Amino acid sequence: MSIDLTEDQQMIRELAAKFATEQLKPRAAEFEEKEEVPAEILKELSSLGFMGMMVPEELGGSGLDAVSYAMAVEEIARADASTAVTVAVNNSLVCGIFLAFASEEQKKKYLPPLAKGEAIGSYALTEPEAGTDAGNVQTTAVLAGDHYVINGTKTFITNGGIASTILLFASTNPEMKTKGLSCFIVEKGFPGFSVGSREKKMGMRAANVSELIFDDCRVPKENLVGEEGQGLKIAFTALDSGRISIAAQAVGIAQAALDEALQYSKQRQQFDRPLCKFQAIQFMLADMATRVEAARLLTLRAAHLKDRGERFSTEASMAKLYASESASWVCSKALQIHGGYGYMKDYAIERLFRDARLTEIYEGTSEAQRMVIARGLLR
Amino acid sequence: MNLTPEQTAFRKTIRDFVLKELEPVASEIEQRGEFPHDIIRKLGNMGIMGVNYPREYGGLGLDTVCYAIAVEEISRACGSTGITVAAHNSLAIAPIYLFGTEEQKRRYVPPLARGEKMGAFGLTEPEAGSDAGATKTTALRDGDHWVINGSKCFITNASVAETYVITARSGDAPGTHGISSFILEKGMKGLKVGKKENKMGLRGSDTAELYFEDLRIPADNLLGKEGEGFKEFMITLDGGRISIGSMALGIAQGALDKALERSKERVQFGRPIKDFQAIQWKLADMAVEVEASRQLVYQAARLKDAGQRYTKESAMAKLYASEAASFVTHQAMQIWGGRGYMEDQPLERYYRDTRLCEIGEGTSEIQRLVIARQLLR
Repeated sequence: MSIDLTEDQQMIRELAAKFATEQLKPRAAEFEEKEEVPAEILKELSSLGFMGMMVPEELGGSGLDAVSYAMAVEEIARADASTAVTVAVNNSLVCGIFLAFASEEQKKKYLPPLAKGEAIGSYALTEPEAGTDAGNVQTTAVLAGDHYVINGTKTFITNGGIASTILLFASTNPEMKTKGLSCFIVEKGFPGFSVGSREKKMGMRAANVSELIFDDCRVPKENLVGEEGQGLKIAFTALDSGRISIAAQAVGIAQAALDEALQYSKQRQQFDRPLCKFQAIQFMLADMATRVEAARLLTLRAAHLKDRGERFSTEASMAKLYASESASWVCSKALQIHGGYGYMKDYAIERLFRDARLTEIYEGTSEAQRMVIARGLLR
Repeated sequence: MNLTPEQTAFRKTIRDFVLKELEPVASEIEQRGEFPHDIIRKLGNMGIMGVNYPREYGGLGLDTVCYAIAVEEISRACGSTGITVAAHNSLAIAPIYLFGTEEQKRRYVPPLARGEKMGAFGLTEPEAGSDAGATKTTALRDGDHWVINGSKCFITNASVAETYVITARSGDAPGTHGISSFILEKGMKGLKVGKKENKMGLRGSDTAELYFEDLRIPADNLLGKEGEGFKEFMITLDGGRISIGSMALGIAQGALDKALERSKERVQFGRPIKDFQAIQWKLADMAVEVEASRQLVYQAARLKDAGQRYTKESAMAKLYASEAASFVTHQAMQIWGGRGYMEDQPLERYYRDTRLCEIGEGTSEIQRLVIARQLLR
């Protein structure tokens, strides 16, 4: 594997970094305070092509590869994790499913607005009784003539409260259990669909994570994605790609924490010298930087395998597992380097610490990742 | 190494109070970010604001292990209340009790020990954190007064305190030798409480700045010996570290309780998650960390009660318990999955609250320096 980036990949990284540094970083605290990524930011991201990065140009996207996508998500996350997850879900979990499994009609209808940011997407799999046991979906979809009738509740749905295109996983055949799940395209306006309560989270507070309620929700038959019974396969395939994006997000948060710690260690003086002169601090910074680098390389490797059309499920899980656990660790060390100031909201590091923690949980907890990796190893 | 019947009974008394009065309001205390006056008043009535101090000074007259148990059981439900009680007992009352004249002790300790007044300890400054001896606040002798100028930051209980113990540079002796301690009272002209800090956690605990602008205090308000301030606060911190170790231990125990509960109730893949080996391992490791923390904290407390040196042991207890609690609360949140990250459950509060224990009253880095110095004496 070559770790040299192409000129195009470099360019995408720089474009994302520029936007992130100029538009996101100065306002990340404000987004958290308001608990919202402003519409004009999502619009700007869309016009720069970040909402449908791997969608072909003829469908309104940027036609980029997974490596470029991963680096763009990292750069966005380095400035604001909430914005990054909003973008990542739209790309990997929503556009990704359309690209891999939708019919031509469905792609033509739904991808351009998603790629152009005219519609925001969400991926509705999780339920109160279906977390790590994702196949335990209780939401039902019953065919009634020319439409399906959907009943159930989804929880912890990222972008749930702002999405107009929802990829929903429901059971069309409860007896078949995990093999009886199907994937549907639900539009916000369909009768019987409503957004429930919004979660108040420890971090990534600007990202909208909400409950979705389906109460005799009518979905046209044509909105079935793929075939009945393919739901879990579709869900898990999407998560493989999603894990690359969450790994990238975690790398970005960790890099931001490292940046903050490096800067602070040079400025802050105690015992008549900057903190960076103390060996213990130097070793901490060295360990932090090594982990960030390792996390980044694992992420790029998974992305690279995806670009080559090779199996990448295990590698994506490894990247997500390692990058997320590293991000929590790096952020904690960075907070420690800030001392008392690190605990205060005047400094960014406490937000990074809170944001990082979620990456170990969503899109498959670290425990779920270990199960995926072990399965991959012992195949 | 077991608790005495008195210590065991005391734990039960505190626990019963906590379950009835504190646990139901802990989340609200955090959400509101307001000082828990009502709870502190009730704890004061129980003698918890002066556990360790003799009855003749208004305290409960119990040993340090009991004090550690009190802070632990309180923190098990509410870290904000835990740190409030700890700072008050260990950092505000302690120096007056240890270094004060009889008159100072009689005047200041009883109202504090009975919880009628809150106390605060003003050591930290913007340029004197880990380098606690780099005090810039000055105290100039002027006849039968001292005039204090400077500021303090990150002071627990600053906004609610009526009695303060602060450090200031009182002489020309270089480095740490020129520092003295002083007792201040709310209402003294020139004493101002500054900005209240907006913290990641422990939001029910008051943390604020103090400003001293030509603050004139009577010469009698010198605490301890002139020029011995540094030594005095190091001794004070030795005791304080037992309390922060207890606080971290309590939060960790609270998180372990919740994780055990969840592992039995939460069903995935057709069985409670406690049936999964990985979860069992996590719970086992968490329990070991909590127990090890507890033994280190109680050991330091016992040495203190026995009148023996305990500097190394209290630093070890604080270091270990605080780092262990961060591990335990992290695992507890993980066992709760997505629900653990949400504000409607206490796991995320435990995670945020305990993080401060690795920083306040001496960062883990300082604890390591203290321990190393003791080992290499």
